Amino acid sequence: MIDIKLRKKLTGAGGDIQLQVDCQMQSGEIVGIYGPSGAGKSSILRMLAGLMVPDEGVIEVGGQVWLDTANGINLRPQHRNIGMVFQEYSLFPNMTVLENLEFALEKRKDKSLLREMLEIIGMQELANQRPQLLSGGQKQRVALARAMLRQPKLLLLDEPLSALDREMRKNLQEYILRFHRDFQLTTLVVSHDAAEITRLSERLWVLENGSFVYDGEPNLYFTK
Amino acid sequence: MLETAPFYLTVKLALLTTMILFVLSIPLGYWLAFSRFRVKFMVEALVSLPLVLPPTVLGFYLLLAFSPENALGKFLDNYFDLRLVFTFPGLVVASVIYSLPFMVQPLKSGFASIPKAWLDAAYTMGKSRRVTLRRVLLPNMKNAMLTGAVLTFAHTVGEFGVILMVGGNIPEETRVISVAIYNEVEAMNYAVANTYSLILVGFSFLVLMVTYFINHQKNSLLSYD
Repeated sequence: MIDIKLRKKLTGAGGDIQLQVDCQMQSGEIVGIYGPSGAGKSSILRMLAGLMVPDEGVIEVGGQVWLDTANGINLRPQHRNIGMVFQEYSLFPNMTVLENLEFALEKRKDKSLLREMLEIIGMQELANQRPQLLSGGQKQRVALARAMLRQPKLLLLDEPLSALDREMRKNLQEYILRFHRDFQLTTLVVSHDAAEITRLSERLWVLENGSFVYDGEPNLYFTK
Repeated sequence: MLETAPFYLTVKLALLTTMILFVLSIPLGYWLAFSRFRVKFMVEALVSLPLVLPPTVLGFYLLLAFSPENALGKFLDNYFDLRLVFTFPGLVVASVIYSLPFMVQPLKSGFASIPKAWLDAAYTMGKSRRVTLRRVLLPNMKNAMLTGAVLTFAHTVGEFGVILMVGGNIPEETRVISVAIYNEVEAMNYAVANTYSLILVGFSFLVLMVTYFINHQKNSLLSYD
């Protein structure tokens, strides 16, 4: 179970908004966060990752406290067991595909996982290529595989498919669902695309002006 | 008569200055690029000061500071047996201060050019700042590192005012090429001054040409585009 209580004043293009959320996730769930841009969707993910500090809040993941501002607890991103995929392909250009994956693997971990991961994303042939030579979809597949290598408790996807064309998106959605299922992840995916979020998530949170205005089945929200 | 010592001293000084500044400027450039410290602008102004000050001003104050008559000079003399006025080590310290912006600015731009998402990705993979710096940042800013090193080296070779103030004109100790040229002109040995000068022009042109050549070779050496 994941317990999230966050409060932060965000300054955006449309003025200040007060982000205030209080929600729970079951482990194994895949939840979508939907809402207009500037509503604070990415900020929630960044606070979960430890890349942004809320004004006030508590984050507890499977009984482990990651953040508790009242008691001065704030684990650094390095110490939160997360995988994160960003909208911009954040692969490192100085490393090949394989090296990008190796970099994510912790020192003592089994290297056979690397081969397995390359096979899952169908990129054995391209293992020694530099990421600049890959298509957008291939890059994002590597980024997804890289995020999986630490076998995270929580997978955070921040508009992971926004830069891709339709075909690529469908293909990547399959990979996301497959990873989520096979690795028994708890996944939080941010998107502003209704079709995509319906396809990916079992449960939907709709964020407007900094608070959740809906929590339920994606279909019910979009057909109402 | 043409001597070899000034060449040797100049190259030694430029190499030492470049190496020391490289090591110092990586943390400083990193801090300037990423810190949100409120009075950062003051540090930036301080780092850039040698760009606008006449070298004689800088040299004058360094001379005063290094003088064994004064606190810093006395301290160095007493505790480290180090004399910085009219000595080669003094030239190195002065050059490091004088050339600081030439190394820091390119490195700072290099750090600033790295997409923020790369850092976030590395941190969420459990990598420390230090590992991220070594494995992700530096390898992706080789252009900036080369530019900083070449500018610093070339700027140190071209130094005159600060060196004359802090180091004077002592053969085989502080008489670098620029000072040797001045010395020969003073003595009306225009032919020797001309030879020194031509060598310096040729050398500087060559260094810059090689740098620009490498910078244009986008493919393999420096960049991964």
